[in-house]
Amino acid sequence: MIISLSKDNIQVIREQDVVLLRNRVKEVAVKIKMGLVNQTKLITAASELLRNMLRYGGGGFCLIEIVSKGRDNGVRLTFTDKGPGIPDLSLAMKDGYSTGRSLGLGLPGAKRLVNEFDLKSKVGEGTTVMILKWANG
Amino acid sequence: MSFNSHKLLQKQKKNILELWMKNQLADEGLREDLISNEDLRAQSEELISSLVNNLTSDDMEDLDGDNWNPVIEILGGIAITRARQGFSPRETGRFVFSLKDALLTVLQKEIADAKTLFEESSKISRVMDNLSIITFETFIKGREEVILRQTDEIAEISTPVIRVWDGILALPIIGTLDSSRTQIVMENLLQEIVETGSSIAILDISGVPAVDSLVAQHLIKTVSATRLMGAECIISGIRPEIAQTVVHLGIDLSNIITKASLATALAYAFKVLRLEVKRTTITKN
Amino acid sequence: MDKIPILRMGNFLLVTIQVDLYDRLALNLEADLVQMVSKTNARGVLIDISAVSIVDSFMGRIIGNIASMSKIMDAETVVVGMQPAVAITLIELGLPLKGVHTALNVERGMDLLKSMIGTTEEEPEEEQDDDYLTE
Repeated sequence: MIISLSKDNIQVIREQDVVLLRNRVKEVAVKIKMGLVNQTKLITAASELLRNMLRYGGGGFCLIEIVSKGRDNGVRLTFTDKGPGIPDLSLAMKDGYSTGRSLGLGLPGAKRLVNEFDLKSKVGEGTTVMILKWANG
Repeated sequence: MSFNSHKLLQKQKKNILELWMKNQLADEGLREDLISNEDLRAQSEELISSLVNNLTSDDMEDLDGDNWNPVIEILGGIAITRARQGFSPRETGRFVFSLKDALLTVLQKEIADAKTLFEESSKISRVMDNLSIITFETFIKGREEVILRQTDEIAEISTPVIRVWDGILALPIIGTLDSSRTQIVMENLLQEIVETGSSIAILDISGVPAVDSLVAQHLIKTVSATRLMGAECIISGIRPEIAQTVVHLGIDLSNIITKASLATALAYAFKVLRLEVKRTTITKN
Repeated sequence: MDKIPILRMGNFLLVTIQVDLYDRLALNLEADLVQMVSKTNARGVLIDISAVSIVDSFMGRIIGNIASMSKIMDAETVVVGMQPAVAITLIELGLPLKGVHTALNVERGMDLLKSMIGTTEEEPEEEQDDDYLTE
């Protein structure tokens, strides 16, 4: 049972918003005493997903939550855009696949950096990605 | 018909305590080495007072009720200390069950009417059974905490980073290398590399019982991360059976510098740093 | 518009990244640096990322690009001072930055650059050639 302790919804439309959002995520991670390596992993994953959202989804919202399960605290980020959506999820999760000209590490890489990862997408409606990192995970 | 067992028990509090103490002291499992008789009596007395106060109300059997909190707190405290002190589950169980015995004995002695006796006894039984369950849950939680703390300690002490020479670090790994341990090893090693400015790290795996593809992957990750920092990482302590499994599993370690023993790895590190170890001849005066 | 300064030290170019990078800033750095290599005929590029706390796949790619681009203009690139947490994250991300030379700090990076350029001058092809192929 995961309980959400605090919520913060931030709009991301410009590239500069990324820096702001990274700082917000960092603040929250520090607050729950997440170790430096896990912080870095979380923020890097967030950075990847933000770029995807800006590039393919035309911007969107990022919900930052502090969550707790039993003794563990964690940070949950939910990225929602109203972009074109992803037609083939399993292909998008494959290392090295990209419709842009990037390395294709964004989605699969972000998944490796966090404890929980959930990708939902509907063609024509948008994409939602949820990631969760526990403070000592 | 309303028999008030609360008043009765209140009055008999002293008696119950004596009976209970007698039960406890007579028990073979009495642990005088872990708790003195005086402490035991104090613990027992505190619990009885709080318990008897609570046997009054109508919601006597509803242990979720707020007025049970003090009893549960006391019992929980006792269970946790016992878990830490190393009492066995049986000994902890006896503590609560012997109280139930004492309570029932007193009721039996004081209530003449068979029907009332039965009703009151089963009521007390239910309460005490519920309290026993709570005791056990807390006891096990206490044990788990002990185990968790030990796991943390093991993780901490099992990954020492040794500075074997100026610019050379060694890290002997003992035991299985899983992903959480790899994370700790990697963090410690990289941090130490930054702090000492070392350019070579030797990862000795002679204490790792088996290397499967997952362990190998962890090793490769550690080596790659070290290289990103600008240092070189050598894997040493490759026993023959490890070499066999690595090749049989088709694991590619060709991008990694591997040495059979820590000594050869050190010799290699000296060569890279252009250092030389010489035997000196003693000159007589 | 933010800009990351590029310093010239003899044969080398020195870049110290002091701010958190976003994509456009990184792209500008890539373009500026390649321009500078060509203009100054630099033989080595030293990028100090000790103040950078986040390197994601995009910035990783830019670093790789700078190294490859400098290489075909006959300049070596050394990345120095990567933080442990960043290194661990890059590995987990699946980006080991193959082909980019690394060093612990600026001083070691300078030594590495000097030795690399030294070897290419003394023995023009052989040893270096293997590196070209793997990169």
